[in-house]
Amino acid sequence: MEAFWIILVGSLIAVSCAILGSYLILRKMAMVGDAISHAVLPGIVIAYLLSGSRETLPMLLGAAFLGVLTTILIELFYKKARLQIDASIGITFTWLFAIGIILISLFAGQVDLDQDCVLYGEIAYVPLDLWVTESGYNMGPRTVWIASGLLLLIVLFIWKGYKGLFITTFNEEFAKALGIGVAFWHYALMGAVSLTTVVSFESVGAILVVALLIVPPATAYLITTNLKKMLVLASIFGILSAFGGYYLAAAINGSIAGAMATVAGILFGIVWVAILMQKRRPSKTAINYLD
Amino acid sequence: MISIETHNLTVSYNKRPVLWNIDFELPTGSIVGIIGPNGSGKTTLLKAIMGLVPTSSGYVKIFDKDLADVRQRISYVPQRESVDWDFPASVMDIVLMGRYKKANLMKRISKADLEIAAEALEKVNMLEFSNRQISQLSGGQQQRVFIARSLAQGADLYIMDEPFVGVDAATEEAILNLLSDMKKEGKTVVVVHHDLQTAKDYFDWIVLLNTRMVAAGPKDEIFKEELLQEAYGGKLNVLSKVGDLMKEKAFNVREK
Ligand SMILES: Nc1ncnc2c1ncn2[C@@H]1O[C@H](COP(=O)(O)OP(=O)(O)OP(=O)(O)O)[C@@H](O)[C@H]1O
Ligand SMILES: [Mg+2]
Repeated sequence: MEAFWIILVGSLIAVSCAILGSYLILRKMAMVGDAISHAVLPGIVIAYLLSGSRETLPMLLGAAFLGVLTTILIELFYKKARLQIDASIGITFTWLFAIGIILISLFAGQVDLDQDCVLYGEIAYVPLDLWVTESGYNMGPRTVWIASGLLLLIVLFIWKGYKGLFITTFNEEFAKALGIGVAFWHYALMGAVSLTTVVSFESVGAILVVALLIVPPATAYLITTNLKKMLVLASIFGILSAFGGYYLAAAINGSIAGAMATVAGILFGIVWVAILMQKRRPSKTAINYLD
Repeated sequence: MISIETHNLTVSYNKRPVLWNIDFELPTGSIVGIIGPNGSGKTTLLKAIMGLVPTSSGYVKIFDKDLADVRQRISYVPQRESVDWDFPASVMDIVLMGRYKKANLMKRISKADLEIAAEALEKVNMLEFSNRQISQLSGGQQQRVFIARSLAQGADLYIMDEPFVGVDAATEEAILNLLSDMKKEGKTVVVVHHDLQTAKDYFDWIVLLNTRMVAAGPKDEIFKEELLQEAYGGKLNVLSKVGDLMKEKAFNVREK
């Protein structure tokens, strides 16, 4: 049962990350996902200090706020200070992340937040944190519910916002010319990434969530010609990483989250090599391309 | 009737004006060329008309109204290089974007939209490519897809940035035919173009730019040596081309 819960949570988070990460990659913003995942740290700590508990809601709010602040700062440095985009990302998130680290060490006594846990997550504890209703009914691990809620929200967002995200991702100027609010879609996506990051931080950790945001979508990108297929394939690679990661960790008795990220990387490598091999001999796609 | 009117339009990037005091009125039902050397502000002018860059002074009126009131009647075709052609999308996906509107953004694509998009692809001779991924298109085919997307909008005013760049003679011809069909339907087409040699054949009306507006008017009034030199002045090789052009006045210099 424990394995089931861990793999389930891993998969739920991996799918949320895969969907959002696909858009980040296509927007050439993969590193913004990285930035957000680090920059939410002070938000989480401040929310914790203010609310004095590890309740989910204040943390979600704190992190979502910092996530959006991060994207606003990046835009600001990029557009107004005219820094290169990678420099603005670098400045923003290292600075916010550092504040988070300082806060944790300053309030180490009061904060029941373990640095290692925040950074690397502890998905192995997922089955221990049960949600028991007032009448004493055991609903299963709390994280499963949170991760399911998150995935539901994201699927709803992508389903309703498919056209909006599609057009603003492919051709922002054309979207603007049609009168479509490109800033709205930008910040909606960034808000979703922030939320996902914070929900994931307890289980896979703030750093490894980046692997799930980027690697499965990048793998899907290698082999797909269609955005919808890319979303589905990225999700499948995400789920495979969760499964494979769990059993790899069990086999070597190592960190589950680390193993999941490792498997994601291995899948990427396999797909990439397979494509290279296919390119060697004249394939069907190559012939298609020539006609 | 006037399609686009600009009045004292000035656009600056980082406080440096790249368009200065642009003042013109374009007629409807004509093909207008916006001509000028590299960096003369042609793209910026289109973006200012479409409200994509902030203007520092002046205004733009389209069909005598503000942009926001007539957006549905305008179609903008950005420079082909402005998008990532490796994007995982099919030709049809891109053309369907021409049917997106603020009002239907959350709704599914309708059957009518699909039919209109297919019709637009037919017009540019790309229907057989509708399921192909856009990364597997040649430059000329990409340009046709962009034009199909624009046609699918069913607009009255078309604003195109360099549609003739990187296309072969056949595609150029095909695009030109489309433009003249549009004109026959009473539509207005504004095209950024930087080949002086062909400009005279392609357009009815010309706006000559070089940061400030050198001249705007019917092509016969614009194709005068002084004006062309003023726009292209200082660029020696271009200048000699202008000279050639003036000498061969009556000839169609370009072989197709
Ligand atoms: N985003 C920007 N930031 C700063 N300067 C810009 C920006 N875009 C354009 N410029 C400058 O504005 C001027 C006009 O550029 P624009 O792209 O409008 O020229 P163009 O006439 O379209 O040139 P081309 O024929 O090369 O396409 C150029 O000097 C360019 O360097
Ligand atoms: Mg240009």
